[in-house]
Amino acid sequence: MTLTQSTAVEVDTPESTKNRPRRARESLRAAPWLAPGLILIIGVVLFPAGYMIYTSTRTISKAGVDRGPAGAANYETLFALPDLPGVLVRTLVWVVAVVIGTVCVSLLLAHFLNKAFPGRRFVRLMLIIPWAASVLMTTMIVYYMFEPNYGLVNNFLMQLSQHFDFLSAFSNADYGFTKRMPAAFIIAIFVAIFVSLPFTTYTLLAGYQAIPRETLEAACVDKASRWQTYWHVTLPQLRPALMAASIINIINVYNSYPILKVMTGSMPGFDADTTTTMMFKILQTNQRADVAAALSVVNFVIVIAVISVYMWLVKPLKSVED
Amino acid sequence: MSSKRLPDGTLKSSRYTTVSDPGSVTARVVMAVVLVVVFLVPYLVMVLSSFKSLDEVNRVPPTLLPQTWHLDNYVAMWGVSETPLPHNLLSTIIIAGAATLLTLAVALPAAYYTAKFRFPGRLAFLFLVLMTQMLQPAVLVTGLFREFLALGGAGQLWSMILINAAFNMSFGTWIMHSFFANVPKEVDESARLDGASSWAILWRINMPLVWPGIVTAVIFTFVAAWNEFAASVVILSGAPQNQPLSVALFSFVGQYQTKWQYVFGVSVVAIVPVLILFAIIEKKLVAGLTAGAIK
Repeated sequence: MTLTQSTAVEVDTPESTKNRPRRARESLRAAPWLAPGLILIIGVVLFPAGYMIYTSTRTISKAGVDRGPAGAANYETLFALPDLPGVLVRTLVWVVAVVIGTVCVSLLLAHFLNKAFPGRRFVRLMLIIPWAASVLMTTMIVYYMFEPNYGLVNNFLMQLSQHFDFLSAFSNADYGFTKRMPAAFIIAIFVAIFVSLPFTTYTLLAGYQAIPRETLEAACVDKASRWQTYWHVTLPQLRPALMAASIINIINVYNSYPILKVMTGSMPGFDADTTTTMMFKILQTNQRADVAAALSVVNFVIVIAVISVYMWLVKPLKSVED
Repeated sequence: MSSKRLPDGTLKSSRYTTVSDPGSVTARVVMAVVLVVVFLVPYLVMVLSSFKSLDEVNRVPPTLLPQTWHLDNYVAMWGVSETPLPHNLLSTIIIAGAATLLTLAVALPAAYYTAKFRFPGRLAFLFLVLMTQMLQPAVLVTGLFREFLALGGAGQLWSMILINAAFNMSFGTWIMHSFFANVPKEVDESARLDGASSWAILWRINMPLVWPGIVTAVIFTFVAAWNEFAASVVILSGAPQNQPLSVALFSFVGQYQTKWQYVFGVSVVAIVPVLILFAIIEKKLVAGLTAGAIK
């Protein structure tokens, strides 16, 4: 990180060689204002990231004692896990399904909530409930509603499945929808979409605010159809909001733990896990901090890659440059 | 406010004023009712179930409304043997409260200085803040666990205070930064000409103008820390008393029977206060989260 920092300084101050003492004084004056934040970021974000990478090269006992260097052994253990390919595929399905589902539904919701109707403010307020509520608690109630014996929704679907055969492919009287794959995973995807909708919809609504009215009026004057207006005028201008929302969603969904912990956590093995929930299981159930660290490093690299794409495509720092 | 109807039915005015076609308004209202039902039903089931008896909450076939309303669930849950619930509530309040204060103490000066002054390293600092915003405790939890284990912070409240503050200071910094940046430079300069010190300019001139940003940062941080789960479940796994409500909830999940009425009672107690806080800052939530990406 120090490297990135110093290069960034060079880049945004090309004249630094000329006024080095003055510029150093300016940085020094800024120090007391920024130092607390820097200390916190270094101590609780950067250091643990480094320590995690270090841990992934050590042998850690179940009691947490460092038993010396391990070389690449933890990574070898990790990549030799027969469940890993399935987990990777499931992670991909999880992220792609949830993010695409969220973005599509949110586009519809934002389009709708941008229109005028009585009670709009109330609907918008209702939309924030899943955002404010703990994801864990929301998932608990969904799990309860789908419970094989006493779940309300499960009960309803079981009655429906007597008339529609395709539903019984996902459930049976003994297991319902939450006790086996793939039904439990599919419901988890719906829960993840549900809890991601508020943030995404609000971001898109903020994007609507940024669209100049004149462009829509011009489309109206040009007699563009509603669909043409949306596709050629509205959507392109929503692009920054759409990109920001998508990438933040990708990271959130990739890192999501509580939903799958509740929905599929009681299933044995890694049959219903993503890389994130698998890492928690290795850390907590198997108590292998070293292998968990190796998997965390893999997760970390993927997240950093996504963040880099974000920085490159959306350029969020542009608004503070001048 | 003159709000003309735009091609896609958009009204720039937030007030509902003129819509020519009453049919489309009816359709929208119907749609709105459907949406409210979809978003509300799970939480309604949650509230209703929290008033049922253990027998009824696990009954086959299930009931929707409680047959007898057990208001006493909300009293009984504080004395259950599964988890020290009063302590859990206190821990949640301490963690969220202290993390919010720390976030504010750290983010406010940084936001002010980066908004008002240009100096070498400014963009690098903001870049670092932005990176932190995209990282979550879940991806670093192994490192955090090892670090706080080594520091003697496993199972301790202060570990979670630091973690919540560190991962939320970026939102606070961004949102307050944008408020400080919107205070016109002329205001600051005229105050300086009148002989005001930097501190006076911050406290007397800027504070009254940026307080909505501060309120937003405070509430968002508080709610995020209140609901934090991934790091708490690992760091506080050995200390039931210090666990926040979100982690303590799992104690009610048994292998054979789950005391759902308490799960939902605790959930209602945990959700209602933060929902009110979130509703207060509803309109400003996006601004800090997307950090300048949409203007």
